[in-house]
Amino acid sequence: MKKVKLRKFHAASWDEPFIMQMGNAGERGILVPGVDPEIAQAVGEVESLVPENMRRQTPPALPELSQYHVLQHYLRMSQMTMGMETGIDIGEGTCTMKYSPKINEQLVRLPKMTEVHPCQDEETLQGILEIMYKLQGFLSAISGMDMFTFQPGGGANAVYTNACVFRKYHEERGELAQRDEMITTIFSHPCDAATPATAGFKVINLMPDKNGYPDLDALKAVVSEHTAGIMMTNPEDTGLYNPNVEEYVKAVHDAGGLCFTDQANANSIMGIARARDAGFDACHFNIHKTFSSIHGCEGPASGAYGVREELAKYLPVPVVTFDGQTYHLDYERPHSIGKVRSFMGNLECIVRAYAWIRSLGPDGLRLVSETAVINHNYLDKLLMKIRGVTRPYGPDKRRLEQARYSLEKMYQDTGVGTIEVRDRMVDFGIQSYWTSHHPWIVPHPFTPEACETYSREDIEYWAAVIAQISKEAYEDPQIVMNAPHTQAIRKMINLEQLEEPEKCSLTWRAYKRKKELA
Amino acid sequence: MRKKLGLIVNPVAGIGGRVGLKGSDGPQILKMALDMGAVPESPRRAREALEKLGPAKDDIEIVTWPRAMGEEAAVAGGFAPTVMPAALKDYTTSEDTEEAARRITAHGVDLLMFAGGDGTARNIFNALGNALPVLGIPAGVKIHSAVYANSPSSAGRLALNFLTRKGRRNVREAEVMDIDEDAFRENRLSARLYGYLNVPYERSLIQSAKAGSQSNEEVAMDAIASDVITNMTDEHLYIIGSGTTTRAIMSKLGLPNTLLGIDAVFKKQLVGSDLNESRLLELLKNRKGKIVVTVIGGQGHVFGRGNQQISPAVIKSVGTENIIIVATENKLLGLNGQPLLVDTGDAAVNQMLRGYAKVVVGLHRRIVYRVSY
Repeated sequence: MKKVKLRKFHAASWDEPFIMQMGNAGERGILVPGVDPEIAQAVGEVESLVPENMRRQTPPALPELSQYHVLQHYLRMSQMTMGMETGIDIGEGTCTMKYSPKINEQLVRLPKMTEVHPCQDEETLQGILEIMYKLQGFLSAISGMDMFTFQPGGGANAVYTNACVFRKYHEERGELAQRDEMITTIFSHPCDAATPATAGFKVINLMPDKNGYPDLDALKAVVSEHTAGIMMTNPEDTGLYNPNVEEYVKAVHDAGGLCFTDQANANSIMGIARARDAGFDACHFNIHKTFSSIHGCEGPASGAYGVREELAKYLPVPVVTFDGQTYHLDYERPHSIGKVRSFMGNLECIVRAYAWIRSLGPDGLRLVSETAVINHNYLDKLLMKIRGVTRPYGPDKRRLEQARYSLEKMYQDTGVGTIEVRDRMVDFGIQSYWTSHHPWIVPHPFTPEACETYSREDIEYWAAVIAQISKEAYEDPQIVMNAPHTQAIRKMINLEQLEEPEKCSLTWRAYKRKKELA
Repeated sequence: MRKKLGLIVNPVAGIGGRVGLKGSDGPQILKMALDMGAVPESPRRAREALEKLGPAKDDIEIVTWPRAMGEEAAVAGGFAPTVMPAALKDYTTSEDTEEAARRITAHGVDLLMFAGGDGTARNIFNALGNALPVLGIPAGVKIHSAVYANSPSSAGRLALNFLTRKGRRNVREAEVMDIDEDAFRENRLSARLYGYLNVPYERSLIQSAKAGSQSNEEVAMDAIASDVITNMTDEHLYIIGSGTTTRAIMSKLGLPNTLLGIDAVFKKQLVGSDLNESRLLELLKNRKGKIVVTVIGGQGHVFGRGNQQISPAVIKSVGTENIIIVATENKLLGLNGQPLLVDTGDAAVNQMLRGYAKVVVGLHRRIVYRVSY
């Protein structure tokens, strides 16, 4: 690795007021034309169209601004934010912050996409239905499942769909009253515990064994006639692929339960390992992670949920079918769990994913996963040389596309922990990293993921930033403790303050009330 | 504003450890230890903790007791402490610790640190009750009390964060336990739960930024109580073990609770308070029972520490399938993967309890956790 020159970076700081505090009475962005006299004569006063008891007595307290000032305000806000494409976004492990080709963005902005409405007759939606049907086929080939739905609006929504499908399966077999326990692992994504709880299951968590895998003996000890199923992640955020996953599946199947794998971390296994081949009955993909639809606050998400044949009848309605000539939206599915969200799903995500898969082909997808894994392993080599960085569990086991590291040693040596390091990173013009899902089992964690789209230079720069902060922590910890130094704000909000309602406001109205402005 | 940190060092705590005497209670043992060449451990450990306060040295005023009871450690740690006037004997005793605790806190401190062992924690508890945040620097031979940090340096870090942080300071109730040292020297281990002290609670170690704000320990305990109560039947007698997590169950039922003892509940009514083994067995006659116990923080003991009343006979009478272990997730994770421990005094019963338990960590939430002995 050649010597990396760390960038000098300084974020814009505009000291912007809230938009609610801006503007002047009477200022307007758009002047709406008045009603034509003929129309007014025909229908009467506009207000008369609204039932009297529904008419508001006072006008809404909205800011009054010109278009120019609105644009300026939000441009300034955007300058104070680091977008994933301005800074290297390797730090967000499990989020798969890969670069999404902009040509796919152009596709979803074509009028053919922007002008369709989900309430149109299906005959007029043949193009988008074809894309959905074919994408189902692609994802089935990648996962080994038989049928997919794109209705869920994100990963957790897809995982919730799974909890509902498992519930319906046991209900139809007359075993739901008895099978009320869903098993998951403490390193699985939190939605694998939260969504079955929402669906009415009791949740049983497995702790990791000394190698970092879910404790298989514990699983065998708790499966029973009460087991509805298991919802697990592989690889977990440790980056360790569980090589004995079939044994977990077998233990649950033998007890009469179903098996789901959460594939939010699928960027390492495309074209390499298939959920169905490991025995799973269902799985999901985060289209907005693995399949290059933009992720994070940049766009809506999409959770694709797939099942094997026996469970297909439970999928949410409508499902997209093809009779050899025409594509249909099939609502006549008496066993369906119903809807988990309105309409068919976030179509722009589906179109981007379809285009991305078509541009790569099967070999290309496998190459994506191989590159993501190699990239991460290169990053791993660089990180493991940095003082204060450790990687718990399986020291000799290869990680896949991401891994969870610990700064506990650095914290014990210097008092600089993961939060302080995170807040210092942004001074070097890159995104701060993400720590860990809850709960923190690895102390002072951080979880990077060097997706396939980052270059060797990007990876080296990222590692060099961590190395620099480690050096500072051991030589002059106050630099890190007081970071960030070059950002729009001095310190990230202490999350605990969110638990003190008197100290935070989530709306302008609440802010005014608490500040006694109104 | 400068923060005030109280400091008490029990200079004889742990002195017997290196010479194999298992503790240092009583002047004869102490003399024996010194004669055998024992060197006090606690001043060194207190200094180690204080060194971690270095970054905020100018913002912290240490208020302490003369010479070996704090002054020397504070000076060695690089501080110029405020030393309370007191006359010290050659051999300090528990009375000295208690007097120091009372007078130092009367002076007004934000946090009281003490270096010692289980006995020292008891002295602090006797003197102060649960009046202000305290933190133990471990220096004893075998510490059972959860009021101690894992190491002197982590005690220092916790204290530093607690004293320098802005906004709300989190504390949690931690167990003060002590063993009967006479019995211990005869190789019998008998530990009692004496009470609870408030210690700084560093949630950043277990708090995930992405998950947002996590409900605090009281909320978690309340959820656990809801789970236990939801699943209560009218045919079982519920034996409620000691501890703060089980206290939440009693408080949710609106029943008086014995924090340090064992109570019994039948049809959601209290049928016995602070019960001993024979009373428990009596209540279990002709009745099915369930035992609700929690985990001693930091140690992982479920049976045999602070709840010896729930004897092997009681456990056998109830049956292992009727034991409900409750603990907050943070408490379980705080064990760092160490198993839950049972030490009932009966090898066959210990063996019976060994394996995996579904620990209740919230409403309809369980963590499968290993139980060993």
